[in-house]
Amino acid sequence: MTHGTRISRSISVPALARVEGEGGLEIIVENGEVAEARLDIYEPPRFFEALLRGRRYTEPPDITARICGICPVAYQMSACQAIEDACQASVTQEISALRRLLYCGEWIESHALHVYLLHAPDFLGYASGIDLARDHPDIVGRGLRIKKAGNRLMEVIGGRSVHPVNVKVGGFYKAPAPAELAALVPALDQARRDAADTVEWVAGFDFPDFDRDYEFVALRHPAQYPITAGRVVSSTGLDITPAEYDSHFTEFQVPHSTALHSVLHGRTYLTGPLARYSLNSGRLPAGIRQAAAAAGLQATCTNPFRSIIVRAVELLFACDEALRLIQAYQPPDPPAVDVRPVARTEGTATGYGCTEAPRGLLYHRYAITGDGTIADAKIVPPTSQNQRAIEADLKDFAATRLDLEHEKLTSECEQAVRNHDPCISCAAHFLSLRVAQAHRQGTSKAQAQGR
Amino acid sequence: MILLIGIGNPDRGDDAAGLAVARKIRAAAVPGQVIVRELIGDQLALLDAWTGASDVYVVDAVCSGGTPGTIYRFDAADALTDRFRHRGTHTFSLADVVELARALDRLPRHLAGFGIEGACWELGAPLSPRVAAAVDAVTSQLLKELKAGV
Repeated sequence: MTHGTRISRSISVPALARVEGEGGLEIIVENGEVAEARLDIYEPPRFFEALLRGRRYTEPPDITARICGICPVAYQMSACQAIEDACQASVTQEISALRRLLYCGEWIESHALHVYLLHAPDFLGYASGIDLARDHPDIVGRGLRIKKAGNRLMEVIGGRSVHPVNVKVGGFYKAPAPAELAALVPALDQARRDAADTVEWVAGFDFPDFDRDYEFVALRHPAQYPITAGRVVSSTGLDITPAEYDSHFTEFQVPHSTALHSVLHGRTYLTGPLARYSLNSGRLPAGIRQAAAAAGLQATCTNPFRSIIVRAVELLFACDEALRLIQAYQPPDPPAVDVRPVARTEGTATGYGCTEAPRGLLYHRYAITGDGTIADAKIVPPTSQNQRAIEADLKDFAATRLDLEHEKLTSECEQAVRNHDPCISCAAHFLSLRVAQAHRQGTSKAQAQGR
Repeated sequence: MILLIGIGNPDRGDDAAGLAVARKIRAAAVPGQVIVRELIGDQLALLDAWTGASDVYVVDAVCSGGTPGTIYRFDAADALTDRFRHRGTHTFSLADVVELARALDRLPRHLAGFGIEGACWELGAPLSPRVAAAVDAVTSQLLKELKAGV
């Protein structure tokens, strides 16, 4: 490529104005082989890091919730954990349980949306969830029913389903009454049945053979399937606290993306449902493990196309876990513990937080002065961490499909992106695929254009 | 009873246009004439928000490259134009939700509304002047129609 002239052509989907989220894909083909696959992302979390500097230590849960409309709880929980760590504060078991319950609502909402409206259409030959709904309204209706159960859980605990307002550093402004949560049980029972049907449904899809040699990274908790807490572990033996994250993971810029890339000791890695499941499937309740096995999942899963089954299993788990937590619910009293900055006349105290957002590990770090001012903030979202793995998937996947018509190739590459549910999934449904044909000098134009 | 739903994000400049209309209607409409709701975030929630209502108005900001403050009218008897379609991070546009509702047979008997072309989407920004004027114009028009519809 460095020695050649490039002949390129592109397929463009009409570009419509939008406020946020932008994705594009470029595949460089050289002498009939994929030399490079690039996922271009515009994503705004860097702006938030700057915005956080100079703000009060109590503000990040509300500010960072605005980063994402589909996983605000993840941002709130990682922020609270990091700030409480910096302030050397611990919350009660009741607060921890309520946080986990709120997070279950987000997993249910997010996974139901992705499985039914974003990912399933790929496997069933539909251009969108709307087209799927025209032919299968009952199936899409089931997905929306599950999603609504998650929304209601977030509304009751968080105050509203988007950008919850009841979360604060140290806990919650107000704990829901047991009766308020008990009222959600019928809908969650139904969602659990629907999720079990979802596992069975997606297990019947056709999946290409595309097993990968991923290095998985996820949280691991001593006893539970990880959501709100745990050590950061990998499939190659990493086992660290969130405080050690920066000693092992490095972010860096690439020219084609405004989202930073991330590596683990220089290596590409993957976070998200595949990693979470593969590193923690033994911590799922027996009933969920049985459902996973019946759906054809082993203890680990390395085919990204089968991530839809893993997501469905996690959906079932989240419904199950929500029901368990509601049954055991004891309202935290008080609803929040007192969290104050560590007294100091100079310097800062640094705290670290890692939780499992629906689409993967979300890391927060805050440096807080003695008077409670945020001096520095760092946020590493899962989509940033997964970009290199997605590009590697695309490169190898596209290489076996260059003989496809451009439209078909575009569609299949989009699906390869959606396997990982990046936070540009909606944009990725309109992915602009650019296949650039590069050839070395002396190669004929006809040869160069041949696919 | 007519249901009016204002859609938007109160923290992103002109994206709050639909919410601004909803608040003005709530303040000005005759009690019992209209139910006003505000929807922030996930527009799929519209499917539930209008369940049980037969006459529904929706007002939302539009980002289609048109002149700021331009008012677009729609009636969901027809598919919404691309002005009401956008790409976002896991968000469904108004046009998408209307089509999804049509596919699921969950459209109200009568669904119509307005889009207001925005100019500024910055975090924390107020409504820009031309959009604020359009908010007033849409509010006046809606109040007339609400009065006629009672």
